[in-house]
Amino acid sequence: MTTSTVLAAAGAVSGGEEVTFWILGPLALIGAIGMVAARNAVHSALWLVLTMLCLGVFYVLQAGPFIGMVQIIVYTGAIMMLFLFVLMLVGRDSTDSLIETLRGQRVAAIVLGLGFAGLVGGALYRAVEGTTAVGLEQANAEGNVQGIARLLFTKYVFAFELTSALLITAAVGAMVLAHIERRKRDKVDQVSTMRARFAPGNYPGPKPGPGVWATSSSVATPARLPDGRLTEQSTPAILPVRELTAQETTLKGTDQR
Amino acid sequence: MSPSILAQDPTLADFGQDPWWLVLIKVVFAFAFAVLATLLGVWFERRVVGYMQVRPGPNQVGPLGLLQTLADGLKMAFKEDILPKAADKVVYFFAPTISVICAVTALSVVPFGPMVSIFGHHTPLQVTDVPVAVLLLLACSSMGVYGSVLGGWASGSTYPLLGGLRSSAQMISYEVTMGLSIVAVFMTAGTMSTSGIVAAQGDGTQLTIFGQPIPAPGWYAILLLPSFIIFFIATVGETNRAPFDLPEAESELVAGFMTEYSSLKFALFMLSEYVAMVTMSAVTTTLFLGGWRAPWPITLWEGANSGWWPMLWFFGKVITLVFVFVWLRGTLPRLRYDQFMRLGWKVLLPINLVWILVLSGLRSIEDWDTRGKVIAVGIPAGILLLATLFWPNRRPQPKPTPQEQVDSRPHGSFPLPPMDLQVPPSPRIRRVVAEREPANIVAGSDSREV
Repeated sequence: MTTSTVLAAAGAVSGGEEVTFWILGPLALIGAIGMVAARNAVHSALWLVLTMLCLGVFYVLQAGPFIGMVQIIVYTGAIMMLFLFVLMLVGRDSTDSLIETLRGQRVAAIVLGLGFAGLVGGALYRAVEGTTAVGLEQANAEGNVQGIARLLFTKYVFAFELTSALLITAAVGAMVLAHIERRKRDKVDQVSTMRARFAPGNYPGPKPGPGVWATSSSVATPARLPDGRLTEQSTPAILPVRELTAQETTLKGTDQR
Repeated sequence: MSPSILAQDPTLADFGQDPWWLVLIKVVFAFAFAVLATLLGVWFERRVVGYMQVRPGPNQVGPLGLLQTLADGLKMAFKEDILPKAADKVVYFFAPTISVICAVTALSVVPFGPMVSIFGHHTPLQVTDVPVAVLLLLACSSMGVYGSVLGGWASGSTYPLLGGLRSSAQMISYEVTMGLSIVAVFMTAGTMSTSGIVAAQGDGTQLTIFGQPIPAPGWYAILLLPSFIIFFIATVGETNRAPFDLPEAESELVAGFMTEYSSLKFALFMLSEYVAMVTMSAVTTTLFLGGWRAPWPITLWEGANSGWWPMLWFFGKVITLVFVFVWLRGTLPRLRYDQFMRLGWKVLLPINLVWILVLSGLRSIEDWDTRGKVIAVGIPAGILLLATLFWPNRRPQPKPTPQEQVDSRPHGSFPLPPMDLQVPPSPRIRRVVAEREPANIVAGSDSREV
């Protein structure tokens, strides 16, 4: 028998399992409460990660190592990571506002939540009280992974395929919504960019900066080309070209000479 | 207990039977291996890259510069630990530890060797093994992403954030590829436990060449070559190593997600990077290169796969793979981000899917007779060949010669240099050739002005 199946031998709760449960159970609960209570969206996601990790370990404890690992890989590793990805793009300073839009909403939510949890917990307790767990040995008879694979590809194959078809539809739909169709001729490659750059009428080099070879450092003063002409390429299009008059360029007499 | 009666290949039943002190020894050994591998790995990388770039590399501290990393580590420990003002303090503190923990934990399911005897206890050289050990490796690497992502986010600065986002996108993409290439291993080995996979690679079919029985290698690197190549590429992407070190591309993002980190926290990130490299090499060795099993010429010696020797073969394979990592870094330029993503999603992933399809097809006809096999393989192969042969393709237009391209340019185009790159003589310079009277020296005559 493997280590994990030994841990959850039928009916009996081993010491290691109990210790792990009492360490991780409160942690999972703290994570769940922290997720709801955290102001910062990223912190909230991290609390959820903690809870999910604990759940993964619980699955392993309950002799379901495959589902436990998949829980960690898929939920904490991929899905929560994508959540975080989006939250980070939104911005780190986006905290929840503390103003209640509905008066008394928070108190009502807490009371109702506690009530619901009590109902579910009570019902569950009443339902499973005194029952002994059976069938684990048979389910894991040829190995946990093989057992899941057998069920997944025989009894539940239709549901499984249907779910995957649904998920693919959702993914394709999201892709279609986000996709921007680009016509073939709109695509510019490097060669045609260079062609356009050296076409007649376009100056291929960098434009001269304003004030270069000019008498002033103002951005409105056009640069002078090496042959002495002024070039309008050097000034921004919205500024009127203005050349300094002789009076403006003469010394102002401030240098005490 | 003589070595001959030892069962060499541990099975899952052999795990979970150690006394607590043996478990402690194994855990400490795995941890020490990770840390030592980092110390030596950094030195190894710097020396090898130095050799490739024709310079000595670190050679001052200790023999051959072996203690250079230790000195750097000490220096790092005594540096100021800077906490940025905009940082999210708790997350900023925890991010490097997440990285390290995930990288080290993965080593716990890597088999270092077969069953050995430690202080009279008969135990496998592996911390533990579970039926889903390879999934545990995947889980560790997927949790390791959190380290870099949270580090980047918690720094409260732009470059680290960009680095963190890049690393999350990169690692998720390459994890998909990695998981798919392991699928082929699962299908062939029939198990997900690492010791089981090593055991499954042990028995290759016997080939008889010139009367000599030569065991064909059972390594999945050879049997599942496409999976091996794709897995290794994905591994490089997963560990953020060059040429896929985009999360910390220093020419674009300063140092990526670890820009704001200093002192020991930075050292932890550094540690996790190298531990991840060594861990991934060890995992590749386990999954594809036969784990601790000796390669063919050594197996001629009877005791090659028993006792403590296999650890040597294992370390040899791991060091070879680490060398490949360093070699890649010393050789290849960094990819652009879109090229990198295209490689992952549009090249590696489809190839992987097709390969798994082909492999499962081949495995499902394994029990057929030869005629059925030939038909089942031959018909799809023939259709594929015919389709490739008769695939309609447009004949590309003949490319105009450079001279035609130049002649077709409109009037007033930018002046071009001559096509043959011969600089024509400037019309402004007229070569002046001195007309001189030829020297006329008559032997024995008086000195004349020449």
